[in-house]
Amino acid sequence: MLQIEDLQVKLGDKEILKHIDLEIHPGETHILFGPNGSGKTSLLMTIMGYPQYKITAGKIIFKGEDITDLPIDERAQLGIGMSFQRPPTINGLKTRQMVQLCARDAVDEETLAKKVNFEGFLDRDVNAGFSGGEIKRSELLQLLAQDPDLMLFDEPESGVDMENISLVGKTIASLLQKGFLDAETKPKMQAKRDRTKMGLIITHTGFILDYVAADKGQVLYDGMLSCVSNPHEILNCVGESGYEECVRCISTIN
Amino acid sequence: MHIDDQLRERAKKAIEKKGAIGPDVNLHEFDDAPVPHSYMADEDLCAIPGEEQKQLIMAGLDVTKKERGGTYFQKDTEVIHCHSPQDGIEVIPIRKALEHHDWVRDYYWKLAAVDADKYTAAAELGLHDGYVIRSLPGSKSVYPIQACLYLDKDGIQQNVHNIIIAEEDSELHIITGCATSPHLKRGVHVGISEFYVKKNAKLTFTMIHNWAEDMMVRPRSVAQVEEGGLFLNNYICMKPVRSLQMYPTTHLIGKDAVARFYSIIVGSPGSEYDLGGRIFLKHPGNRAEIVTRTISNGGDIIARGHLIGEVPDIKAHLECRGLLLNGGLIHAIPELEAHVDGVEMSHEAAVGKIAQEEIAYLMSRGLTEDEATSTIVRGFLNVDIPGLPPQLKAEIDRAIEESDKDVM
Repeated sequence: MLQIEDLQVKLGDKEILKHIDLEIHPGETHILFGPNGSGKTSLLMTIMGYPQYKITAGKIIFKGEDITDLPIDERAQLGIGMSFQRPPTINGLKTRQMVQLCARDAVDEETLAKKVNFEGFLDRDVNAGFSGGEIKRSELLQLLAQDPDLMLFDEPESGVDMENISLVGKTIASLLQKGFLDAETKPKMQAKRDRTKMGLIITHTGFILDYVAADKGQVLYDGMLSCVSNPHEILNCVGESGYEECVRCISTIN
Repeated sequence: MHIDDQLRERAKKAIEKKGAIGPDVNLHEFDDAPVPHSYMADEDLCAIPGEEQKQLIMAGLDVTKKERGGTYFQKDTEVIHCHSPQDGIEVIPIRKALEHHDWVRDYYWKLAAVDADKYTAAAELGLHDGYVIRSLPGSKSVYPIQACLYLDKDGIQQNVHNIIIAEEDSELHIITGCATSPHLKRGVHVGISEFYVKKNAKLTFTMIHNWAEDMMVRPRSVAQVEEGGLFLNNYICMKPVRSLQMYPTTHLIGKDAVARFYSIIVGSPGSEYDLGGRIFLKHPGNRAEIVTRTISNGGDIIARGHLIGEVPDIKAHLECRGLLLNGGLIHAIPELEAHVDGVEMSHEAAVGKIAQEEIAYLMSRGLTEDEATSTIVRGFLNVDIPGLPPQLKAEIDRAIEESDKDVM
C-alpha cells in the first residue's frame, strides 16, 4: 500500500504540493487529473524520490515503510517504478542493455520488446532521437522488465499514434494486472482479490480509461487534491465545464 | 649530396627545435643508446611472464597470435619478433626495409618533415627501428596485424619510424599498441608514422596507448588518402602519462577520399594530453570526421581538431565531448576552415559533468548512484565507429571495460 500523509513539497522556493493525502491500496489504480502546472508530475516525481522536490512536511509510506527520506534507487528496489514523460537520452547505452539493467536478472528482451512493438529499437541508444510515442513504448518496455509493484505513469498515451495506442493501453492494463488475460482466466472477484499491483496514472485525454479499469479518479488543482470520484465522471465534468468549475462543483457536493 | 646525407643535414639543423605546441621535452635527460634484446620465437613469446603479457594484451598485442594476421614486436630499441603469414601482407622492420627494398625510399620522410622539430630530427639521427606494413594491391587482411612498441628500460628514449601502405583496392587493418613494462617509470617515446592509402584502399589503424606515469610521448603522424580511399584512425589512451602531444595530419588528395578519426581519452591526475587531428579536404566528394570523447579524472586534456575545406562538395564534421569527473581541465579547440562556397562543415563541442538527470533516471530503474554513474561513463566512451572490424571493436571495448575500474 502507498500512504501519503499531509505531504507538502517545494520546488525551489515555490510550494507546489499542499497537504496531500492519498492512499492507494494493493490492486488499485488511480487516475490523476489536473490542469497544466497543477503539480501532477511533481507528485509523481516526489513519490519516486527526485531530490529537487523538497518535502517540507508530511510522510510517504510504502509497504509499511517510511520512505520519505529514501533515495530514488532504494525506492525502486522496494518496488516503485515510473514511466517518465520526457526521460533523458543516455548516449552509448543501448535500449537492450537498459532492459537488462531494469530486470536485474537475465531477461529475454526480444520477447518483452515484441509486446510493445519495439524490437527495432533495441540496438538504439536509450531515448536517442525517439519520438514522443516511441519514448512511451520504451518506458513501458523498461517497466515490463523492472516489474515494480507501484507504477507511476506520466501521460503514458500522449504522442502515441493510433496504431500503437491500444497496444500501450493493453500493456499498462496487463502491468497493473487489469488485462484481459487476468479477467478471462479467473472469475472477476478472484482476479480482483489476487491483484496486488498499484498504479497512479496522469492523463489529460482519458484514452487510458478505455483500457484500464481505474478504481478512483483524483483531481489535483493548484497543488491540492481537490476531489476523489469516479474517473469517468471527472473526465465528463472537466470536458464540459473545465477544471475550475469541476473542482468547485464536486467540492460543494462533498 | 646523397639523399641520406641531406636528411641528416636537415635533421641536425632541427635537433634543438622545439615542437610547435606542447611542453618541451629535454631529450638530453634520456638515454637513446641501443638496448640489446634477443629475438623471440613463438614459444618464447608465450613464455613471457603473466604480468607483462597482461600489459601487452592491454595494448592489443596477443602473444598467442590468435586472430592476428601478422605481428611486429619491438622492445626498447630492438625488434624482437616480426612475422607476416598472410598472403599479400608484408610486415618488415624499417631498418631492414631501408637496406633491402628501394621502394621504401619513395615513402620514407615523404609526408612527415624530418626537420619539423627536435623529435622528428631525433627519429632520423637516432633511429632505432619501426615497422613497414604494406597490403599488396587487391589483398584483404582477414585478421588485423598487430604491432607493439614496448618500453622496458627505465629512462630510455625510443625512436621509431613506421610506414603503412595500403596499395590500390586493398584492405588493411592494424592494431598497434604502446606499452611499458611494470617496473618502468620514466622514458620518452618518439614515433614517426607515415600512412599511404592508395586508390580505393581501406586502412583502419587502431592505436592503444598504455603508458607509465612519467612517460613523455611525442608521436608525429601524417597520412595521405587517394581517390576513393578510406582512412579510419582510432586512438585510445586510458592510462596515465606525464605528457603526450600529437597532432596527426591527413591530406585527402583524390576525389571521394574519406578520413575518420575517433579518439577516446581518459586523463588521470598529473597527466597532460594535448591531442588533435587535422584533415585537409582538397577534392570534391571528400569526407572527414573527427570525433573525440574525453574524460578527466584530474588530468589536463586539450582536444584540438582542425578541418580545412578547400573545394566545394566536401563534407566535414568535428565532434568533441568531454566529461569532468574529478577536477582537471578539458579544453576543446575545434577549428573549421572553409575556403570556398559549397562546403558543408560543422562542429559540436560539449564539456561538462554527468547530467544529474541521467543518474536519477537510471536510479529510478534500481541502479545505485555508483552503478548509474559508471553506466553513463561507459556509454559516453562507447562510440559507434562505422567500418571497424569486430576484433578491433572488441579490443576497444576491453580497454574501456578495464579503464572503468580506474575511472571509478
